[in-house]
Amino acid sequence: MTDDKLARMANQIAAFFATQPGSAAEGVAAHINDNWSPAMRAALLAKVAAGGAGLAPAVIAAAPHLRPAPRTKAQA
Amino acid sequence: MKDFILPTRDMGTPARHGAPVSLTIDGFAVTVPAGTSVLRAAAEAGIRIPKLCATDSLEPIGACRLCAVEIEGQRGTPTSCTTPVAPGMVVRTQTETLARLRRGVMELTISDHPLDCLTCAANGDCELQDMAGAVGLREVRFAPGTNHFAQRTAEAPNPEWRPKDQSNPYFTYDPAKCIVCMRCVRACEEVQGTFALTIDGRGFASRVVAGQDVPFMASDCVSCGACVQACPTATLQENSVIAIGTPERSIITTCAYCGVGCSFEAQMRGDTLVRMVPWKEGKANRGHSCVKGRFAWGYAQHQDRILRPMVREKVTDAWREVSWDEAIGFAAARLQAIRAESGADALGVITSSRCTNEETFLVQKLARAVFGTNNTDTCARVCHSPTGYGLKQTFGTSAGTQDFDSVEAVDCAVVIGANPTDGHPVFASRLRKRMRQGASLIVIDPRRIDLLDTPHMGAGLHLPLRPGTNVAVLTALAHVIVAEELYDEAFIRARCDWDEFADYMEFAARPEHSPEAVEALSGVPAGVLRDAARRYAAAPNGAIYYGLGVTEHSQGSTTVMAIANLAMMTGNIGRPGVGVSPLRGQNNVQGSCDMGSFPQELPGYRHVSDPVARGIFEAAWGVNLSPEPGLRIPNMLDAAVSGAFRAIYIQGEDILQSDPDTRHVAAGLAAMECVIVHDLFLNETAAYAHVFLPGSTFLEKDGTFTNAERRINRVRRVMAPKNGFADWEVTQLLANALGAGWAYTHPSEVMDEIAATTPGFAGVNYAMLEKRGSVQWPCNDAAPDGSPIMHVDGFVRGKGRFIRTEYIATDERSGPRFPLLLTTGRVLSQYNVGAQTRRTENVAWHAEDVLEIHPHDAEVRGVKHGDFVRLTSRVGEISLRADVTERVSPGVVYTTFHHPGTQANVVTTDNSDWATNCPEYKVTAVQVSASNGPSEWQSDYAALVAASRRIAPAAE
Repeated sequence: MTDDKLARMANQIAAFFATQPGSAAEGVAAHINDNWSPAMRAALLAKVAAGGAGLAPAVIAAAPHLRPAPRTKAQA
Repeated sequence: MKDFILPTRDMGTPARHGAPVSLTIDGFAVTVPAGTSVLRAAAEAGIRIPKLCATDSLEPIGACRLCAVEIEGQRGTPTSCTTPVAPGMVVRTQTETLARLRRGVMELTISDHPLDCLTCAANGDCELQDMAGAVGLREVRFAPGTNHFAQRTAEAPNPEWRPKDQSNPYFTYDPAKCIVCMRCVRACEEVQGTFALTIDGRGFASRVVAGQDVPFMASDCVSCGACVQACPTATLQENSVIAIGTPERSIITTCAYCGVGCSFEAQMRGDTLVRMVPWKEGKANRGHSCVKGRFAWGYAQHQDRILRPMVREKVTDAWREVSWDEAIGFAAARLQAIRAESGADALGVITSSRCTNEETFLVQKLARAVFGTNNTDTCARVCHSPTGYGLKQTFGTSAGTQDFDSVEAVDCAVVIGANPTDGHPVFASRLRKRMRQGASLIVIDPRRIDLLDTPHMGAGLHLPLRPGTNVAVLTALAHVIVAEELYDEAFIRARCDWDEFADYMEFAARPEHSPEAVEALSGVPAGVLRDAARRYAAAPNGAIYYGLGVTEHSQGSTTVMAIANLAMMTGNIGRPGVGVSPLRGQNNVQGSCDMGSFPQELPGYRHVSDPVARGIFEAAWGVNLSPEPGLRIPNMLDAAVSGAFRAIYIQGEDILQSDPDTRHVAAGLAAMECVIVHDLFLNETAAYAHVFLPGSTFLEKDGTFTNAERRINRVRRVMAPKNGFADWEVTQLLANALGAGWAYTHPSEVMDEIAATTPGFAGVNYAMLEKRGSVQWPCNDAAPDGSPIMHVDGFVRGKGRFIRTEYIATDERSGPRFPLLLTTGRVLSQYNVGAQTRRTENVAWHAEDVLEIHPHDAEVRGVKHGDFVRLTSRVGEISLRADVTERVSPGVVYTTFHHPGTQANVVTTDNSDWATNCPEYKVTAVQVSASNGPSEWQSDYAALVAASRRIAPAAE
């Protein structure tokens, strides 16, 4: 999975939750936790850790709420 | 195999609903609803009055006079089909007078009918023949004279005679045999709603003609076949009956095309299918069908079908035909090797929305329980996944709220991003019937769809919005409803959270959501937006029907929420005639979603992280299940390109042709080391496959499909699988080769497992379906008879939830290089990727994909109707022919994706819905220019496919 595409997907999610009442970061995190595979979440967390270039603020704010990937045999 | 044979009794006239009325017929007391005809009342009492022009699918006209009766206190011999019952009426159906009268009628009718019964295609299945017998016709006293049936008179050709019209590939019109009962004309009007047929001339000169007396294929006829079904003689006859003979038994089954899920009688002779006749008792279709379901089943016997398993080491090799054991062993070995190396998450499946619930359940079970991963997805990903998300968030469950019968009570139908006359034709006919009774129509669609041109319709309004502005338009409708206080406060207070509605009111009322502001974005005049909102809110029953023009956008899920908001704020939920009805594309899209095909949801829409739900399946299956969401189809392809996803089992799905951004799909498939395609044909995806497992058609297996109204219909095996196994058996072979130890002997056992693990299906089993015909889920202790309408007393989630729907423009925008917006869809005669319908005579209607372009856009590019043009987007280009038409607005072009030679998805992008990754098929910025041949991709692809379809026969 390219980081660009992950970033675009995460930013789209952030754009929706930014229009909703309540914490956008929590909304983004809950949505990603429910729908993204562990490897996709891990890749996003890595991108945030690397500075989060190109990521919406709500995505970066969501990072602490993302469930870290469990130890798995495969990475996607 | 169990035959399911039901005698089809024609009751003569349609059923009525009214207070009971008692009368006597031939001395027998009978009680029927007020408004019932004497003809039908007699049929209820078991008395069959002779008739020709009457049939219970059509309103009576009393033309043939054969059903005359005597009624005490009434003069003459009224026709029983047009005479309603009255309390205390005393009817006699068989007297000397009536017998003489009927023989006279038949004698006249027969005098202009050929007596070639023995060689007639309707021999044994002809109502005229039956009636001649019933009335005791023994002679025809009229001397030969002017007639319509003899090709020549003694002296010269007969000017009244006309040759057969064989222009339609599926049926023949033989005017010589017509008795002018008008059943066909009425069926075309009342049942189908096309008005393609009429009676030309008067008296003896009157005859049935299509259009303005043109061949059927040149008329407006859509080949639904209602006229053929209604014809009492051989005048309109299926070509298959002409070729084979009359059928000897019927088996009730369910169509495998669109999500309407029509019930059919498969009429058989031995194991040969003679014809498909829509079943009168079918609750989705009520005896009607379209050209696909009734006629386009020839693909099941097509020579292209692959009947033997095949394998190859590399996709550049020729295919090698092998035994089932070898193919399954080959696949299992590769899967195991990859799993050992890279873990279970390197494997995945795609379940089929064309296969049965039982088959889909087993494929996702294969992924979760046998592979050990939640990497399962289905083609609902690319069509209705936003429906799942949006309706779950707002109402609490991913399902349409109504049954199809609900349309009979609709006062205002809002059709958004759907083209029912092409995509869901039987539903369209039912809606048109309601529109002729006065229901109004609001269409929100970039194209002017045919529904807007329904003959004799009530008021119609078209909102031709710019592609991609659905959310803005629907929020503007909400703005008007809020600003003008047209909402249903009592409903909202009782059924929803008022505070959430108050928040939504504040949101919708903002000036940027006003029709005037949205006009600039959407191109829909503010006045029309206001008009539409007022009409929907004011209608006693307002119903929203929507399709993929809603879901296949970057804001697909938001649009679904906006639709739910509109229905809730106007109180249009929870009773017949209202609701939110997603029109599902494929026969079992609803079922494949219900059966846990999505990577984050177990069967019954329970999230994989829910330990209770997981526990149920872990106990049933004896394995531990992963609590983590798996990969969706686009994620699988991305992961494949990066090397992490290596093997896939695809049942009945052609992602290379149907999924967007073909180059990316091809790259993903090419990167995998084990692609197992399980299908009827060597489809486009199979060009990248290592294992091909032959599939079976819906005619060859038992199971169930769940249609768009949540109706679980039985699919019944009418012939043995040509490939040797039903699809569920093939999945079981593969699972067992991986050590699963499954031992299903019949799909009913799979349904029992579904019922035991999935609350909404708890009450479903095959014995019950045999008895009831069908049932709509939820069906459990709380709703033992199923649920025709949902959210009747409260929403599934408790209180209905209003969610803000802010318009966010898609990244895909037109600009100087790509000034036009492409939107895609389909036509009546073809289905999805066309793998089935292209292998039938339906190609007579749509032999190639064409590009619809507005005359203005065509002119400035020098494009003429029929020219070959090049369609270019940021990701690719194709060539196809132009259809210059005002059906599309300036700035918008449209095409279909039925033909692999065109490959419309080479130009569609990988943009997708924010919540579900459902691709944005409906908006692609493009340019159109002159062309003189196929694009580079099309040429290269044709060569690739030709090479990849080489089959080296087995050395036996």
